[in-house]
Amino acid sequence: MTAADNCLKTEFAGVPFKNPVVLASGTCGFGREYNEIFDIQLLGGISSKGLTSSPRSGNEGIRVWETAGGIMNSVGLENPGVRGFIEKELDWLNGLDLVNIVNLSGHSMEDYIGGAELLNGVRLDILELNISCPNVKAGGMAFGVKTDVAREVVRRIRAVCKHKLMVKLSPNAEDIVALARACEDEGADGVSLVNTFLAMAIDVEKRRSVFENTYAGLSGPAIKPIALRMVHQVAKAVHIPVMGIGGITTWRDAVEFIMAGASAVQIGTGNFIDPALALDVIAGIESYLDARGIKNIAEIRGCVE
Amino acid sequence: MSKIISNERLSRDFFRMRVECSNEARMGQFYMLRAWRQYPVLSRPISVFDSDGGTVSFLYKVVGRGTEIFSGLKAEDDITLLGPLGSAFPEVSGKIALVAGGAGIAPFYLATKQLKAKQLEAYPGCQVDLYLGFSDRPLLTDDYRKTADNVTVNVGGFITDEIDPAGYDHIFACGPEAMMRALYEKCKESGAAGKVYVSLENRMACGVGACLVCSCRTSGGNKKVCKDGPVFKGEAVFEL
Ligand SMILES: Cc1cc2nc3c(=O)[nH]c(=O)nc-3n(C[C@H](O)[C@H](O)[C@H](O)COP(=O)(O)OP(=O)(O)OC[C@H]3O[C@@H](n4cnc5c(N)ncnc54)[C@H](O)[C@@H]3O)c2cc1C
Ligand SMILES: Cc1cc2nc3c(=O)[nH]c(=O)nc-3n(C[C@H](O)[C@H](O)[C@H](O)COP(=O)(O)O)c2cc1C
Ligand code: FES
Repeated sequence: MTAADNCLKTEFAGVPFKNPVVLASGTCGFGREYNEIFDIQLLGGISSKGLTSSPRSGNEGIRVWETAGGIMNSVGLENPGVRGFIEKELDWLNGLDLVNIVNLSGHSMEDYIGGAELLNGVRLDILELNISCPNVKAGGMAFGVKTDVAREVVRRIRAVCKHKLMVKLSPNAEDIVALARACEDEGADGVSLVNTFLAMAIDVEKRRSVFENTYAGLSGPAIKPIALRMVHQVAKAVHIPVMGIGGITTWRDAVEFIMAGASAVQIGTGNFIDPALALDVIAGIESYLDARGIKNIAEIRGCVE
Repeated sequence: MSKIISNERLSRDFFRMRVECSNEARMGQFYMLRAWRQYPVLSRPISVFDSDGGTVSFLYKVVGRGTEIFSGLKAEDDITLLGPLGSAFPEVSGKIALVAGGAGIAPFYLATKQLKAKQLEAYPGCQVDLYLGFSDRPLLTDDYRKTADNVTVNVGGFITDEIDPAGYDHIFACGPEAMMRALYEKCKESGAAGKVYVSLENRMACGVGACLVCSCRTSGGNKKVCKDGPVFKGEAVFEL
C-alpha cells in the first residue's frame, strides 16, 4: 500500500473505504456496464439502482430532460426487485473489492419492511434507505418530506434491518436538519444527501408537462451549491457520518463536500459527462492532499465552520 | 479524445463529420459525442454513417444546442467519442429494403455497404434497395446510389407510400417514429410484419445501459435502447 492510498482511506460507520468516492444510485446500474469501461474496484464503492420489494417497470414517457447545468430524470424506480437483484447481481458485487451499498426504496411501509427483511438474509456492506425518490406517485419522497413520517420509517426499518443503515435524504424535506437528527435518534448509522430536487419542464406546444408524472428530479452541477449547504448544515447537526451527494463533477467539488463535513461523496450525473469521471475525481483529491502534505482526508473533513 | 478530419456542411441543416477512430462499427450502432467539457451536461447519440477501421463518419442534423456546437467544429479540433454502442441491424440476405426519413438515412450508408459486402461473398445476386424520404431537399443521393442497387427518393411526401413490402425478405427502418409505425402497419397488412426491424431514438444519458432513462417497452419486457437496441424487431416494439 502506498502513502497515497493511505491519504484517501476513510471509514464510514465502521465500514472501511479505500477512497471516499462512490457512484450514486440509479446512475451506474449494478456496476457491470462501467466495469466494461474501467476497473470499478478503483472506486471506494458503488450504490445500486434503487430496489423495491417487487420488480417495477418504471415511468412512461420521456425520462430525461436536460436543463441549464443539470438534468431532470423520471425513471420511476425501474428495477428487478430485491429478489431479482439477489439472484442476478449480488454475488458479483460481493466478489469485488469495493464497498457494496444497496439502495432500497418503497411505496408503502410494508414495501420497505418487506425489502429490508429480504435483504437481511444476504451479505452487503451498507443498506441505503431511499426515502427521497420523487419519481413514484405514492411513496418514495412522501416518506422523506415530513420529519415525523421519516422518523417512523427509520424506526421501523431499524427494528428489522440487520445491516449498517444509511438513510438517503431528500432536499425536498421540510426541515432537512431536523429530519437528519430524527434519523440519528432512531439509530441510523449514517445519512447520505441529497437526492434530486422536485422539478418540472413544460412543453409549450402541447401545453403540458414534459413528464408523464408531471414532476421529475433535478440533479447535476445546477444543484451543487444547495446540496453543499445542506451537507454542511446536517454534518454540523449530527454525530453520525454524512455522505455528500449533488452535482459533483470535479475533485474540487468533492473536496468542498468533504470540507463541509462529508466522510465520503457520491457521483451521479457526473458519470454521464464521462463514464470514468470518478477516477479523475479520486486522482484529483489525492494530488490536492499530496501537494499540501495532508496525511489523510480526515484532516480536512468538516474544516469549514 | 479523437481528432476531427473534416466537418462539411451538406445543406442548410445537415453536416457530415469525419473523425479519426480505429474502432470498427457495425451498421446501426452509434456513438455518444461530446465536444465540450461540462455543458451541456449530456453527450449526444449519433449513428455511424460510415466506418472503415481508421475513421468514423457521422451525418447529423442541427436541431439544438449540442448539434449546433458540432456544426462549428473544424478539422484538427478534438471531439470525445464513446462507442461504438448498441446493437446492429441483423446480417441478413435476400432482397432487403432500407427505409429512412430525414436524419434517419444516416445508418443506411454503412448498412448498404456491409450488407452488400456480406452478400457478394455469400449470396451473389442479392439486392439492397434504399427508400429515402426528405421533407425538402434530398441529400447525398449520389453517394447512396454508388452502394445500393436501387434508390427511391421522395421529397415532401410519405416515403412509406413508395414501397411494396411483398417484394422484400427484410425491411429495415430508421427515422421519425410515426414513419416507422406507418411502415410497420403497411407491412403488417400484407402479412410482412415479421420482416421489419426499426431503429429507435430515445433520449439518453449514460449511453451504456446503466441509467435506464432510455428504456422502452417491448413484448419481451423493458429494454435499454442504448444497449439492447437501438435496433429492435418491429413486432417487439409496435405490438404491445
Ligand atoms: C441511437 C440514436 C442515433 C441517432 N443518430 C442520429 C444521426 O445519425 N444523425 C442525427 O442527426 N441525429 C441522430 N440522432 C438524434 C440526435 O441524438 C439528436 O438530434 C441530438 O441529440 C439533438 O441534440 P441537440 O443538443 O442538438 O438538441 P437539443 O434539443 O438541444 O437536445 C436536448 C437533449 O435532448 C436530446 N435529444 C433531442 N432530440 C433527440 C432525439 N431526436 N433523439 C435522442 N435524443 C434527443 C439531446 O441528446 C439532449 O440530451 C440519434 C439519436 C439516437 C438515440
Ligand atoms: C437517472 C437517475 C436515476 C436515479 N435513480 C436513483 C435511485 O434509484 N435511487 C436513489 O436513491 N437515487 C437515485 N438518483 C439520485 C442520485 O443517486 C443522486 O442522489 C442525485 O442525482 C444527485 O446527485 P448528482 O447531482 O451527482 O446526480 C437517480 C439520479 C439519476 C440522474
Ligand atoms: S442511456 Fe443510460 S441506460 Fe440507456
